[in-house]
Amino acid sequence: MLAKMMTRLANATQSRRSFMIGSAAVAGGLAVGFRSTEAASAATGGVTPFNAYVRIAPDNSVTVIAAHMDMGQGIYDAIATLVAEELDADWSQMKAIGGAGNPKLYGNAAWGGAIQGTGGSTGTTSSWERYRIAGAAARQMLVAAAAAEWRVPASEIRIAKGLISHASGRSAGFGELAAKADALSAPANVALKDPKDWVLIGNDKLRRLDSMAKSSGKMDYTIDVKLPGMLTAVPIHPPLFGATLTSFDASKAKALKGVVDVVQHPRGLAVVAVDMWSALKGREAVTAVWDDSKAEKRSSADLAREYRELALKPGLATARNDGNAEAAMAGAARTIEATFEFPYIAHAALEPLNAVVRRNADGTIEIWGGHQMPDIYQGTAAAIAGVPPSQVTMHVMKTGGSFGRRAVIDADVIVEAVAVAKAIDFRAPVKMQWTREDDMRAGRYRPAYVHRLKAGVDKDGRIVGWYNHIVGQSIVAGTPFAAGLVKNGVDMTSVEGANNLPFDMTSVEGANNLPYRFAAQKVDLTTTQTGVPVLWWRAVGSTHTAYAVEVFLDEVAALTGKDPYEYRMSLLDPASKHARVLKLAAEKAGWGSALPAGRFRGIALAESFETEVAQVVEIAMRPDGSFKVERVVCAVHCGVAVNPDNIRAQMEGGIGFGLGAVMKSQTTLDKGRVVETNFDSHEVLRFDEMPVVEVHIVPSTDAPTGVGEPGVPPIGPAVANAVFAATKRRLHVLPFARVENA
Amino acid sequence: MIELTINGAVHRLDIDPDMPLLWAIRDHVGLTGTKFGCGIAQCGACTVHIDGQPSRACSLPVSAVAGQAITTIEAASGPVAKAVQAAWTALDVPQCGYCQSGQVMATTALLEANRKPSDADIDAALSGNLCRCATYARIRTAVHTAAKALA
Ligand code: FES
Ligand code: FES
Repeated sequence: MLAKMMTRLANATQSRRSFMIGSAAVAGGLAVGFRSTEAASAATGGVTPFNAYVRIAPDNSVTVIAAHMDMGQGIYDAIATLVAEELDADWSQMKAIGGAGNPKLYGNAAWGGAIQGTGGSTGTTSSWERYRIAGAAARQMLVAAAAAEWRVPASEIRIAKGLISHASGRSAGFGELAAKADALSAPANVALKDPKDWVLIGNDKLRRLDSMAKSSGKMDYTIDVKLPGMLTAVPIHPPLFGATLTSFDASKAKALKGVVDVVQHPRGLAVVAVDMWSALKGREAVTAVWDDSKAEKRSSADLAREYRELALKPGLATARNDGNAEAAMAGAARTIEATFEFPYIAHAALEPLNAVVRRNADGTIEIWGGHQMPDIYQGTAAAIAGVPPSQVTMHVMKTGGSFGRRAVIDADVIVEAVAVAKAIDFRAPVKMQWTREDDMRAGRYRPAYVHRLKAGVDKDGRIVGWYNHIVGQSIVAGTPFAAGLVKNGVDMTSVEGANNLPFDMTSVEGANNLPYRFAAQKVDLTTTQTGVPVLWWRAVGSTHTAYAVEVFLDEVAALTGKDPYEYRMSLLDPASKHARVLKLAAEKAGWGSALPAGRFRGIALAESFETEVAQVVEIAMRPDGSFKVERVVCAVHCGVAVNPDNIRAQMEGGIGFGLGAVMKSQTTLDKGRVVETNFDSHEVLRFDEMPVVEVHIVPSTDAPTGVGEPGVPPIGPAVANAVFAATKRRLHVLPFARVENA
Repeated sequence: MIELTINGAVHRLDIDPDMPLLWAIRDHVGLTGTKFGCGIAQCGACTVHIDGQPSRACSLPVSAVAGQAITTIEAASGPVAKAVQAAWTALDVPQCGYCQSGQVMATTALLEANRKPSDADIDAALSGNLCRCATYARIRTAVHTAAKALA
């Protein structure tokens, strides 16, 4: 759904472009990109429309320039696979780096192409055509160069595994012919391979390009950027959301060895020092007075109480209204109702937020970071630095996770890095490095929500009416995205008349697009306002909507005495992808077969970002009433499986990430103050809690859809449903560790 | 002056004796394979070996480890470390990779001490090493794979 909204936003500013393939000389190699009809003058920095996507060097290496940032989800490998497939390269010659600074070239095609961004599990979808065409164009140019060089017809040239050859016995590597290929004009059109000829797409044997670097400490992240003379800065943020700085005393800090300066910036203060330890010591020595008169001072329990009250009232907006759900439920044989509560949750990526800024002698600015939205950050940074955006180069680093955190619209850590560098007159490069506590305390959480669900069934157990009311904050309200994200055929007037907040589709995705055939259904939304900054968190709306829907549907099945799997199947179109993944997961898990004593199963289905995932879990109850998730069988439909092993890895990772969250992760407020500020209190899944995961990919010829997020939503409800099977208790308040569930 | 023996080389550093070993290694010795994740011995990203024992560099002041043999991921190159890295790449364990220096160091220490670890041994050795990408299942398989390769 996010993708659809972004597309709508993008379409408002730009119509679909036609591409012309182009090439340009790069130091003895071949470089291929597209020349967009609108991009001819858009080149900035080192990237031109011609060398945007693929570069072949004299040493035979093929480097793909990725339009999507890699936070661990493996998109660099997916893009390299697409290029290598059409180029007939050998996997061992492939490399991948991040590109940025030119939305005409790197704009997210799945969002309409207007801005570059990584999110909503769109990376592979966005890259699917663009990078295969780039690979095919480069191949065709190499073939033409070989034909000219060897004076043979192009049709007789073969390329396999990076070797160009002809029956006459002549052969050459890519590097040898790259410069000659580059002198040729690029083909106007290229044909893409027939899927039956693929050797790399779908190949289970491909290994990731960066596994060795990541297993040997050689992978450089933003935290590892070293520049001559670079200083390290740590932030001092307001103790409460919305508090502002009144005064501060940095005299003691500045007297400490290694502390260079203490500066004010739009988001608070920062201590600048020669190294991290000096910055941290300096920070302890700063005293600051904050004005908290406008700050958020409510506790999580206060918000939950308010949300629960709101959930009992009609929603302020309606996302979906099919049939007359209220009347149907009023006339139903039986009704059932449940209220669910979801906490704020920090992303808690393992690399705490950071960014590095340098101003060069010519006035240009460079920024190293995990840029999930580089165009936006480039503009923001340029405005602070007082230079045109074209003078700001964005270096896209791989990051130690993100889970959405680095797609923050207000560019928080980048703003701090640039503002601090500016405050010291850019006299040295600055690395702004947050600690774990800064990272967990500074906001941008998955919003807290309350859902109230109600269903009515007839005497045969069929659902005649379904109602879901979602109460919580909007992620896009107050951002430039609000304008593009709010109109989706929903009744805007009821929203505007009520509280003037935009209707945020990310709050209801996964609840208003259910595959289940209910006779009548209504989905309401009440958007709340708090001072707590929120953000997309791996799988966004479906992290809460899928939980509420799938647990509640299980309750309805139990009410009617039906098997939870059979009941879901009866509500699905048997030909749908949803039914296929559900059936596959159930079959592979042996749904319905006997289990050893103390073992119980649960099932859930969720579609997010157009990828369907079903999971069957098996839990083992311990004598003390606690349990361990032993096994998860996961079925996924994501179109063509570009890198099957990485699809499995993303399902495994999504399951572990989602499982830790539902079991124990939460960010709570005590009179506005964040309670969980490090991994001692913000608990996440640990090694011994990871289940065995078995992933089954539904074979498909559809264009690929994403896998970075869709593994997350089903795991929580599947486990909760297994707990019900074991204990007859329903887990309505998350995380499970909350005392309310005891 | 603090004298640290890191990967066999002696470094004489003019630093605060309270400075955690992690920041001395990263900011003063310039080895950045050892990562910062929490700073309070809760995540394992900073795992190094001190006299062969896996230790959290973020929570050890340099004054406490002066004179001891400190090994970082950059010097993880013996037969055990090689077997671990071979298993890690064969199974494509890393996702974002940020925790993996610590996972490899913790696993190497485990296999140096125990060539045939059980699942319970692996749980005990690795439960202090968080992986937010949840690569745990692959890590377990890779530990067994490395152990077999070393047998
Ligand atoms: S950084 Fe040392 S254990 Fe987390
Ligand atoms: S691979 Fe990302 S934290 Fe472990």
